[in-house]
Amino acid sequence: MIDSLKRIVKAVGLPRLTIVLFLVALLVIGYVNRLPIPMLLSNSLVRVGMNGIMVLAMVPSVQSGAGLNFGLPIGIIAGLIGMLVVMEFKIGGFLGLAIALLIACVLGVASGYVYGLILNRVRGQEMMIGTYAGFSIVSAMCMFWILAPFKNPEMIWVISGKGLRTTLPVSDSLTQILDKSWEFPIFGIKVPTGLLLTFALACVLLGVFNQTKLGISMRMAGANPAFAMSCGINVDKMRILGTVLSIALGAMGMVIYCQSLGLVQLYRAPLMMAFPAVAAVLIGGASARKATVWNAVLGTVLFQTLLTIALPVTRSVIEGDISEVAKTIISNGMILYALTRKEGDG
Amino acid sequence: MRKRFQLKGGFSAADLLRQNAVPILFLFMCILGVIVSGQNIRYIAQELVSRLARNWFLVLSLIIPVTAGLGLNFAIVLGAMAGQVGLIVATHYKIPGLLGLSVAVVLSVPIAVLLGISVGHVLNLARGREMITSMMLGFFANGLYLLVFLFMVGTVIPVDNPEIMLDSGVGLRGTIELKYCKYALDNLLKVRLFGVNIPVATFGVVIALCLGIRWLYKTKLGQELRAVGQDMAVASVAGINVDRTRITAMVMSTVLASIGQIIFLQNMGVINTFNSHEQIGTVAIASILVGGASVTSATVGHGLAGTLLFQLLFIVSPSAGQRLMGNAQVGEFFRVFIGYGIIAVALLIHSWERKVSLESASRQSALKGQAKATGNM
Amino acid sequence: MGERVLEIRNVSKCYGDNPVLSQVSLSLNRGEIHALVGENGAGKSTLMNILFGMPVIHETGGFTGEIWVNGNKAEFKSPREAMEAGIGMVHQEFMLLPGFSVAENVKLNREPTRPNLISKAAGPKLESLDSGKMGLDTRQALDRIEMDVDEWLPLVGMPVGHRQFIEIAREIDKTDLSLLVLDEPTAVLTETEASSLLAILKKLAESGVSALFISHRLDEVFEIADTITVLRDGEVVCTVPKKEARVETIAEMMVGRKLGSLRTGGSGRIHGNEHVLEVKNLSVDMPGEHVDNVSFSVRRGEIFGIGGLAGHGKLGIANGLMGLHRSSGTVVCDGEEIPLNDPKAALEAGLVLLSEDRRGVGLLLDESIENNIAMPGIVGRNRFVKRLGPLPISIEDRKSIRQHACEMISLLDIKCTGPGQAVRRLSGGNQQKVCVAKAITMEPKVLLVSEPTRGIDVGAKERVLNVIRKLNEEEGITVVMTSSELAELRSMCDRIAIMYNGKIQGILSPDASDAEFGFCMAGGGGMASD
Repeated sequence: MIDSLKRIVKAVGLPRLTIVLFLVALLVIGYVNRLPIPMLLSNSLVRVGMNGIMVLAMVPSVQSGAGLNFGLPIGIIAGLIGMLVVMEFKIGGFLGLAIALLIACVLGVASGYVYGLILNRVRGQEMMIGTYAGFSIVSAMCMFWILAPFKNPEMIWVISGKGLRTTLPVSDSLTQILDKSWEFPIFGIKVPTGLLLTFALACVLLGVFNQTKLGISMRMAGANPAFAMSCGINVDKMRILGTVLSIALGAMGMVIYCQSLGLVQLYRAPLMMAFPAVAAVLIGGASARKATVWNAVLGTVLFQTLLTIALPVTRSVIEGDISEVAKTIISNGMILYALTRKEGDG
Repeated sequence: MRKRFQLKGGFSAADLLRQNAVPILFLFMCILGVIVSGQNIRYIAQELVSRLARNWFLVLSLIIPVTAGLGLNFAIVLGAMAGQVGLIVATHYKIPGLLGLSVAVVLSVPIAVLLGISVGHVLNLARGREMITSMMLGFFANGLYLLVFLFMVGTVIPVDNPEIMLDSGVGLRGTIELKYCKYALDNLLKVRLFGVNIPVATFGVVIALCLGIRWLYKTKLGQELRAVGQDMAVASVAGINVDRTRITAMVMSTVLASIGQIIFLQNMGVINTFNSHEQIGTVAIASILVGGASVTSATVGHGLAGTLLFQLLFIVSPSAGQRLMGNAQVGEFFRVFIGYGIIAVALLIHSWERKVSLESASRQSALKGQAKATGNM
Repeated sequence: MGERVLEIRNVSKCYGDNPVLSQVSLSLNRGEIHALVGENGAGKSTLMNILFGMPVIHETGGFTGEIWVNGNKAEFKSPREAMEAGIGMVHQEFMLLPGFSVAENVKLNREPTRPNLISKAAGPKLESLDSGKMGLDTRQALDRIEMDVDEWLPLVGMPVGHRQFIEIAREIDKTDLSLLVLDEPTAVLTETEASSLLAILKKLAESGVSALFISHRLDEVFEIADTITVLRDGEVVCTVPKKEARVETIAEMMVGRKLGSLRTGGSGRIHGNEHVLEVKNLSVDMPGEHVDNVSFSVRRGEIFGIGGLAGHGKLGIANGLMGLHRSSGTVVCDGEEIPLNDPKAALEAGLVLLSEDRRGVGLLLDESIENNIAMPGIVGRNRFVKRLGPLPISIEDRKSIRQHACEMISLLDIKCTGPGQAVRRLSGGNQQKVCVAKAITMEPKVLLVSEPTRGIDVGAKERVLNVIRKLNEEEGITVVMTSSELAELRSMCDRIAIMYNGKIQGILSPDASDAEFGFCMAGGGGMASD
């Protein structure tokens, strides 16, 4: 009995088991306290769709051997620029979204390439360098936001007539454009079909890529560089490819995130955004050396549902907004847990 | 003979310049900043003196872990938290002046020791990834800190003191004024020199710490710290308990950071309960790097000089930004960028150097193999 | 010769199911220099780890047998205890700190200290270093080995040779040193340095310090040793006084089992004299296995063997041909020149390597058996792919991968729970079979096999060799086989090249005499014998 229990714990993984149990407990408390469970579930669906692609961005980076991408803010900045450009020119609707995604993707690929070149020279230190590369870019961009030549009066400070505001509302025709597509209610849960389909599409595309020759080469380079080299694979190129994919996914993920949130948050807002994404993929069962699309999906669902449900439930029990604190503790704790395990362990 | 001469007398001007490229670069930036900002020199000097008194001790708390091979200790944030706990308690009980500070130190040191031991254990589990782990530890501990002081004070921990707590009776205020021990150390002995107030007692404490660190490196423990820092395997074969030595280094650093934070806050006069400690790690680490330290070597000199340059840049950059770009905020963001940027660059240089040394090590072993093969000539 | 300093009695040790030492016995008298020779993997380092009480031994279940030091039974739990019992070690990897001065290194963790006010309260760790005494002691030790270097200079920038002497100085500075263990001490030294080191060892021996001297260099061994013990596959092959030993016999004993059946029934296999692989002036910069300007050619359908002692470059050839280590020269395969330093080009030309570093290079340990077998084939040979519906994208074909893996599992008799099992969980022999399956899948024209039986059990050895033989005989695949086991080479190959000092010393027929092989391996007569 205890043995089989141990086996289950081992198969599912202690972190996931804990979180699932915690989630169930939260739902029970929520139900007892008569919280609107369907609304909570709708919210968590939206949050899964919003954050999913940025979590997915961790997968190619890990698979190619470049490790967890703590430099995600580089991609996030690319995504923000994409959004800002369409907002500046007041392009709305799906065209606006498409242009924003395109700009994000192009900038993401370009910056990902440069970042990949750097990472190839700092093997073994990717996480630390990535973190501070991200921090540096975010703080450098703070200066850019002030000086950038944006003219749209809705975006710049009223008084000085210069510099982007901290929080910019996305135009109505762009706000939640994906969330609202084919949205339908079921058991009182609103399903943001378009948003979820976009996430699903990204997952499928990455999944298919993983099965192509190039994808397999990339995964081999990550799993064992010496092995890959002996199979005629250029390991450095594959690491760059993984980094480019990761940063580009992060950039496009940010566009999706912004349209869903209806806000573009600048300045210090992107600073810590890599950590929840890293934590989510780890919660999904990935490690710094191994990650799958499935890890990203599972991790996003568990983590985001937990955060959405934890907020109102705890509020009904304790006073004050504990959700940000919970997010900090869970995501950083998860990363710590992963860091202190021996290499090679799941 | 020639070799020995080179080893002993290799101090050319070019070498000196190269070895100190970073501080020299920053010195120029500072001078430029001072000129551009057009600020009153006396104002700058006063501001600088009080910032040095505030920051030096904290920055120096980074040195020991670097020596012991643990890299830049981002987990001094935990020490800072311990210091804050001590000060908050002292303020709660309204203990005034130097006595209040002493109580704060006495309370925070045991907390810091415990935290240091845990940090040391965690870092021993994460060999080769110490810096990122210490950084994540800082973030994680911050979450726990928030949990305790936002949600548990007033509920689980029975405290009732409207002076430091929110009106709801749960959680601490965002800012707590240190009415009772503000400037307690600074005002102990103050000298006015060229119109600048100098907190001699605070500097005295810093000097004592510098001498203490110097002395430590002349003891058996210091020798062990240095040995472990250079090569854990060699130290271990020589019979040094590597794990224990590393934990000792973390404990010392954390304790020093907690005292440093108390000195910092008594000068500020106010605790930003939930932010004061957060930036400590980044600012202190950027400071020591500006002084020319690296991930593997840091000295008292690096700490002292780096803090001076970094704080000077801090003082002048907003108004320099205003003058140059027509926007003071640019200057403010610039100094944040410098903080992160210098850390990123230092880490880059470190891992490049490490790569080069690894390559030369493998060349050396290749040489060895070759030599082996040329055995019987 | 007087009293026994060290006696090792019937020591055996297993790592898991793998025996690495069995019934090893060895003894040393005061003032004796005893040489321990053997190939890599013969068990020398394990024996040293046991002697020094390294934690790795206890963590893996300890050992059986007894060790007596100076007449007392020793059970060292840590290197420190061995040190206190009077054993000193000069490591192959320098155990020195480059940032420390000579004196600090010599006195590491044995620093003389003086109590001070604070240490009286806080403990001896805070006692001040007595640098005067540190310098003085170090000077004495350095003088004993006639080394004229400033004891306060840092090690950084010192020539490699100096460091070896500093290691020795550190050991003799330890009081009561009765036995000095040296692991390949001359490997990094120049000739003059090496000879002065040997002279110092002799002097130390005269003063009563015994030495256990581990080396590959037989000339040195013969110069200074009083007794020679040959270790092979974890067993003592023989212990002889130097006076009775000959260089060739020792070399031969290091590498081969005496008995080894010759290859039988292979005469009809060589299809003419056509050369499938021609190698000219190949030099390979592989750490520890340097190849220096080697030329040879391999006939179609032949099994060409490469042998030699460790460190003489036999492993470098296959790795250089595959482009895994920097190399120069000309390689022609089937009339077409293969660009060097380009693994992809080598693969496309039909060269496939079965690497000697199975776990490091040969396998993806955390991947399944089927993926290990198929992934290189997908990437390198475009096998196991299918179209994704009507799209012009080809993706892996899981069905054919599974099918192929199952075929390989039954062909090679891989013991596993199924094709989805992670390779990490397999035994060494079965891992090697997966490597063979992987190589077969790559459809090699020339198969480069390096140390195919290293570290696997006897049954699996036979099966792996049989498969290689079968591939050669039935599929007509040309094989270049590198091995440190001479018997294995002789049972498999048509011709055997013996490497010495990065060059081919001779190409012998498998039925050449043991003496001939020994002669080549020891440098072919260039060696001084007494």
